[in-house]
Amino acid sequence: MNRFSYLRAGDVAEAAREAAADPAARVIAGGTNLIDLMKYDVERPSRLIDITRLPGLRAIEETADGGLSIGALASNTEVARHPEVERRYPLLSSTILAGATPQLRNAASTGGNLLQRTRCYYFYDPGTPCNKREPGTGCPAIGGVNRIHAVLGASEHCIATHPSDMCVALAALEAVVRVSGADGERGIPFADFHRLPGDAPERDTNLRQGEIVTAVELPPNSFGQHHTYLKLRDRHSYAFALVSVAAGIEMDGDRIGRVRFALGGVAHKPWRDPEAEALLQGRPASAEGFAAAAEHVLRGAIGHKHNAFKIELARRAIVRALGQAAAGTPQSQTDKRIQ
Amino acid sequence: MPDNPARAATGGPAPARLGPATSPQTVAIELTINGRPRRLAVAPWTTLLDLLREELDLTGTKKGCDHGQCGSCTVLLDGQRINACLVLAVMKDGSAVTTVEGLSGPDGALHPMQEAFIEHDAFQCGYCTPGQICSAVALVEEGRARAPDEIRELMSGNICRCGAYPNIVAAIQQVLASNGGAGR
Repeated sequence: MNRFSYLRAGDVAEAAREAAADPAARVIAGGTNLIDLMKYDVERPSRLIDITRLPGLRAIEETADGGLSIGALASNTEVARHPEVERRYPLLSSTILAGATPQLRNAASTGGNLLQRTRCYYFYDPGTPCNKREPGTGCPAIGGVNRIHAVLGASEHCIATHPSDMCVALAALEAVVRVSGADGERGIPFADFHRLPGDAPERDTNLRQGEIVTAVELPPNSFGQHHTYLKLRDRHSYAFALVSVAAGIEMDGDRIGRVRFALGGVAHKPWRDPEAEALLQGRPASAEGFAAAAEHVLRGAIGHKHNAFKIELARRAIVRALGQAAAGTPQSQTDKRIQ
Repeated sequence: MPDNPARAATGGPAPARLGPATSPQTVAIELTINGRPRRLAVAPWTTLLDLLREELDLTGTKKGCDHGQCGSCTVLLDGQRINACLVLAVMKDGSAVTTVEGLSGPDGALHPMQEAFIEHDAFQCGYCTPGQICSAVALVEEGRARAPDEIRELMSGNICRCGAYPNIVAAIQQVLASNGGAGR
């Protein structure tokens, strides 16, 4: 780990000001990803700005419109086990419990989960080129070892995936990310928070320099009854998703009312396709309908040497997850048996 | 605290250390470690794991992968299990840390989880065991696990390369049963 200076920020304004003043500084909360990246010399911050003592950023509370606001410093465990999250947003709880381990979930923060970096092997290895780590050096994953990489929305510069499980639920739930910076506060719809790589894969999100994530707001619609998080991976526990699907449906009798679903493990951001959702609206819940929606999601998918299997896996996972959600039989994050 | 026999035997200089011993850039913090308040000066880049092992000679907590993947560095921080390798000590000023050395009673009696690990032969080489035990103590406290499936899932952060898993699950089941359904 490189040497750096340490600042314990007293309030959000100070943290944002100090982060804006030094592009080489990094904001730290749970640290479970940043400290790991520092040990690999992927991150070499000049300064760490510790935001864990900022007041008011840990609360989980109801919002004026009947939704739920989750403070950026609330730990993954605190969110997943919060009675209101378990009762009203079981999809969110399920995605969090599908990821990492109890030790990591106790330390990792909500804001940090959004801002964690890809687990691409090349990104993690400073001995290799990587456009995300060092812009302009190339992408050895293209034509290299790419089993865990993207099949949707990638570019010729980067085929990395976003590793979060929690963010897949936040995409399906249409959360809003509250941020604070020199220009004041703003809310970013979840679909616009993370970026596709394009020609600037070094930028994971649309946060501006110095902006701090302060909360994640969930809308009142919570898919409390019909939801699932289906996560497919090489090991049943403590492994990143090869393909995952978070799905929520409001059933109208045996027909689909409102439906939202998002995919993890397949793109540079949680992948949502509103056109595919629209195909399902008002239709009976059927495997044929789900397959048509899946076909639409994957229409532009591009496989590489080791990850082309993800396209068919994603197609089937979408059908299975929408079926689980419609039936109200969510995937268990304990025994992992697929119903 | 026992002397380090290796160091005494060679008579050479103490090994170079990261942290307070060599760094001018230290920050004063206070931690309560196994019930004992400590005033410490730490370099910002010193992990809690390195502080425990290299500065405080609390070597029960083990360094396995040093990347949060194996769980051998599991300790209780303010009562919650965490990976000590992914925590900077400077950020935890004011916290209470319990390591495997702090689990036994004041009279030296082993913690029931330690007794259960012995009874069930829940280890082979023993390197992962302090982390397994700290993690299992927290698992019981959390009150979320009963059935073997639940125990296995909630112990997924602790790897045992000797494969003592069946006996680890049995030891934890015994402690859960003896708690009479305490917890959730």
